[in-house]
Amino acid sequence: MSDAVSALNGRSHTGFATVADAGMTGMVQIRADLGSARLATALSARGLTVPAARQVVAGQGFSLAWMSPDELLLFCAYDRAAILAGDLGAEMGDEHALIVNVSDMRSVFTITGAKGDEVLMKLCPLDLASLPAMEMRRTRAAQTGVALWRSGNEEITLICFRSVARYMLGLLEVASRRGGEIF
Amino acid sequence: MSTRLSKGGRLIDRARPMAFTFNGKPMRGFAGDSLAAALLANGQVLMGRSFKYHRPRGVVASGAEEPNALVNLGRNARQEPDQRVTTTELFDGLEASSQNHWPSLNFDIGALNNTFSKMLPAGFYYKTFMFPKIAWKHVFEPVIRQAAGLGTAAKEADPDRYEQAYAYCDVLVAGGGIAGLAAALAEAKAGKRVIVMEQNAFWGGRAPVDGGTIAGLAPQAWIDATLVELAGYANVRLMTRTMVAGLHNHGYAICYERVADHTPGDGRPRHRLWRVRAGVTVAATGAIERPLAFAGNDVPGVMLASAVRDYIVNWAVSPGDRVVIVTNNDDAYRTALAVLDAGLTVEAIVDARDRAAGDLPQALRARGVRVLEGRGVAGVLGHKSVTHVQICAQAGEGGVTETLECDCVAMSGGWSPVVHLFSHVGGKVVWDEAGAMFRPDADKAPTGPDGSVLARAVGAANGHLTLDAIAAEAGLTASVEPEAPLAPVWVMPAGASQALRFKAFLDYQNDVKVSDVELAAREGYTSVEHTKRYTTLGMASDQGKLSNINGLAILSDMLGQGIPTTGTTTFRPPYTPISFGSMTGEARGDLFQPMRRTAMQDWHEAKGYHWEPVGFWRRPYCYPRPNETHRDAVNREITNTRTNVGLLDASTLGKILVKGPDAGKFLDMMYTNMMSTLPVGKCRYGLMCNENGFLSDDGVVVRLTEDSWLCHTTSGGADRIHAHMEDWLQCEWWDWKVYTANLTEQYAQIAVVGPKARKVLEKLRGMDVSKEALPFMTWAEGTLAGFPVRVYRISFSGELSYEIAVPANMGAAFWAAVNAAGEEFGAMPYGTEALHVMRAEKGFIMIGDETDGTVIPQDLGLNWAISKKKADYLGKRAQERSFMVSKDRLQLVGLETLDGSVLPDGVYAVADGNNVYGQRNTQGRVTSTYYSPTLKKGIAMGLVVHGPDRMGEVLDFPADKGAVIKARIVDPCFYDKQGEKADV
Repeated sequence: MSDAVSALNGRSHTGFATVADAGMTGMVQIRADLGSARLATALSARGLTVPAARQVVAGQGFSLAWMSPDELLLFCAYDRAAILAGDLGAEMGDEHALIVNVSDMRSVFTITGAKGDEVLMKLCPLDLASLPAMEMRRTRAAQTGVALWRSGNEEITLICFRSVARYMLGLLEVASRRGGEIF
Repeated sequence: MSTRLSKGGRLIDRARPMAFTFNGKPMRGFAGDSLAAALLANGQVLMGRSFKYHRPRGVVASGAEEPNALVNLGRNARQEPDQRVTTTELFDGLEASSQNHWPSLNFDIGALNNTFSKMLPAGFYYKTFMFPKIAWKHVFEPVIRQAAGLGTAAKEADPDRYEQAYAYCDVLVAGGGIAGLAAALAEAKAGKRVIVMEQNAFWGGRAPVDGGTIAGLAPQAWIDATLVELAGYANVRLMTRTMVAGLHNHGYAICYERVADHTPGDGRPRHRLWRVRAGVTVAATGAIERPLAFAGNDVPGVMLASAVRDYIVNWAVSPGDRVVIVTNNDDAYRTALAVLDAGLTVEAIVDARDRAAGDLPQALRARGVRVLEGRGVAGVLGHKSVTHVQICAQAGEGGVTETLECDCVAMSGGWSPVVHLFSHVGGKVVWDEAGAMFRPDADKAPTGPDGSVLARAVGAANGHLTLDAIAAEAGLTASVEPEAPLAPVWVMPAGASQALRFKAFLDYQNDVKVSDVELAAREGYTSVEHTKRYTTLGMASDQGKLSNINGLAILSDMLGQGIPTTGTTTFRPPYTPISFGSMTGEARGDLFQPMRRTAMQDWHEAKGYHWEPVGFWRRPYCYPRPNETHRDAVNREITNTRTNVGLLDASTLGKILVKGPDAGKFLDMMYTNMMSTLPVGKCRYGLMCNENGFLSDDGVVVRLTEDSWLCHTTSGGADRIHAHMEDWLQCEWWDWKVYTANLTEQYAQIAVVGPKARKVLEKLRGMDVSKEALPFMTWAEGTLAGFPVRVYRISFSGELSYEIAVPANMGAAFWAAVNAAGEEFGAMPYGTEALHVMRAEKGFIMIGDETDGTVIPQDLGLNWAISKKKADYLGKRAQERSFMVSKDRLQLVGLETLDGSVLPDGVYAVADGNNVYGQRNTQGRVTSTYYSPTLKKGIAMGLVVHGPDRMGEVLDFPADKGAVIKARIVDPCFYDKQGEKADV
């Protein structure tokens, strides 16, 4: 819908790394028994499997992140999320689950560049040097909660709550300012 | 007089001269100079005035332990006080000025204190400023504050930037000397992730100055080769200009990198604070030389022996042409060698030991230097610089046997291992008789929660004070001149008279003398910690790096007990002061706190809103028009809402989805009233209490489907209540089938409030919002102006009201659409103050106003919202306790002033008589109070003893300046008691 805009409407900043609002992203929160056969079936129909602890798996325009022992976060195109949440809920039938469209409550950022890690080293109490690709960490950036993972070559994707999107971009901008390279 | 030598200086680059100023005077130095070296090279021996007596002081050390030579650096916004010249790297354009004097460094009025120093002994403040009590606040404190302190802080905001960074390693090596580098290499070879931090700009510690060979190499050659080898390991990170400032539990180290102090204006952050998690920290932090306590040991030109040879060897600076060396050990003889090698003169070596016959003394004798055995210093002559030294027998009382002319005194009282990091997190130290020092006790190292060792000390920090011992510990071979044992010397001479003890300084930075510590002991201070506070020994920015051991040795002597019995004071982080900027990091200006923004925040800002903080949100308080006061704006917004239509950004309200087969049962426990019976499609106001029965939060609960509810919470309570729910679900009722999701930020929410609210929504079109289709306390989903919405018929104002939720990404567009549609009906936005006043006019309570953590729902007349049918809910049992059911609890009432004025917030209603403390008895208090533009008078709610039974009674509320405001107890609902306006 043309009336919908992400919190920062695509703003970005380039210092020694590029930090950018990744725009609107579909997100569906799934709380369920992650061992459920119905859940596995519903996900497999979309080319996905239940990720192991902290893992992010990708397939067919989706990616799926393990958030906690009973919670997953499914990423998709923004326009598909509401329907997808409804479909998945229906596919779970009478099995106890909470599946809800949460596409508007978080902001998504990307940090790209060879020195992208150095931006986040300044903000997150996180051993980035030992973080493998496609493993999500739920941590904090300065004073706000975030989750992040290595989503591609020299690319980290970070999510935080929508209300602190401007704070987050401010943090990323300051931390990536030229002259602040650590190594 | 100090000067630059024509040759040598291993750290300076003579091809890169640099200009700087001291007290406005132009001076020259070289790249690689410390400011201390550069000042001495320019003949500037006098560098500051002491804290208490304003005595002239020069530099005494060459490193982080320097107590005296603190200067102001920079100017205006970049002015920074109390910077050690020894650790300040010279850069072109550096501006330094001396501190703690008036009108000038050379002539200082404050030095009068020195004349009267006998009247300023230990504990002077405590003894003098006791009486009269009132004088402390109005006389003593202002005068002392004016006189105290060294430098002055900048008054402008710091223009530089600072940051923090996190790092993780198996081994953190603190110190890049021989011991540190050797330890790092061993760990690197073992495959460990290693970070090596060296506080100086250069590697190698003291070894290149002190000499010897390691594995057959000169120290510098070994250091260079080892650094090359370490650089070849991908698992090793080498950092200079970075101090491990403190070690904390769980191997958490705070480290301070001075990134760009020496290159100002190059665009880099000035400091970076590292927050490191290390498996083990290796304290390779070296040792610090101790001064000797003799009369006049603070005259400029009296320096540590190691510092004298550092200045000569590292920076080609002569601290003086004619040097007298005073020592109790062999190591200081190396200074004599350095002085001679630089072509300067050693007037004599005054050795307190009866015999000095080791290799080093013999080598000096062979070069024609007088070695005076069994001698000490009776006094130093000179005021702003040394002119003579008086020699005496160390065993005597200070009778002068000889007076030597000189311009520098190099003293050494032995060495103290830097045990700080080892001790910060609980490592114990033991007294080493042979070295007369405390060293780390490896058997009592600090440990982590699993018992593993958090820190170990190596090298000089571990008490290995000679190169061969340091190398042996690291599994290397080394050779160096052997040293004969030292003789502990705590006062010089041993039988020094009171007059001499009165001039023998222990703590230069705080002007604490031998006589002060002795006085403290005579006055009954037996604890070293108490003595520290009483005398100020070991306080301030140097934290007693030079003075602590000497001070506690003297205290022990006075108490007639061994030094280990007295023990040390606590070593606390940081090792040396770190900048506030680095602690602040990015958290300044816009990034001071994570300010939360609703989807409509840009609109509010553009409208020129006046905001108030609600949690981390900035909610519009009101939207003042040009030339309109906030009060007038609030009144206008209320009147407009009650007559036309008002629009509120309610996005911040908590919205928690609760779903599952046991969700109804769960909510019946969470809320005081029954939520399981709420029909789908309906809304119900609910109260939440904690397990002690006190009211915690409130809000409207919405039954979405057969097995899901949406719980609205207060704006400030969203995260707290969600955590409260999860706490009970995860810890107590883990087998209940309930999931929750905090959807607060998923939706932007707009309240459309007022008699014309329905007209606005009808104009937006898309769904039936009539009373029949959408009655009071129901909800419906549909579209409005094409936006997907969920509309709740709930009201906190007493008016016809719709709260409309849209996906947050559409919030700004929908808000604009509602404002546009409302224009013809007189719609105006309103803020939180109008919301509060309208609530109060209706007598609705506000969490945080009527509640303060001690109020139960029954106090507020909310019995109607407490289910009598339920077997249990959180707080039910507590609310049955005798005190909770007492009829004497304060009860909610309305209050109406007799004169129509507004009661001050929080004022008490007084009762007859006084309590046991002589205070006036009270019978109630105001909890919220406003001017009501609707009723055109002040209205208030309050909690009053037996309040509801006392309708019509008039209470006295004393206010400021003796005024007493009279107010009548009334029903708390002031507006539309039948609730007809909301239900239309």
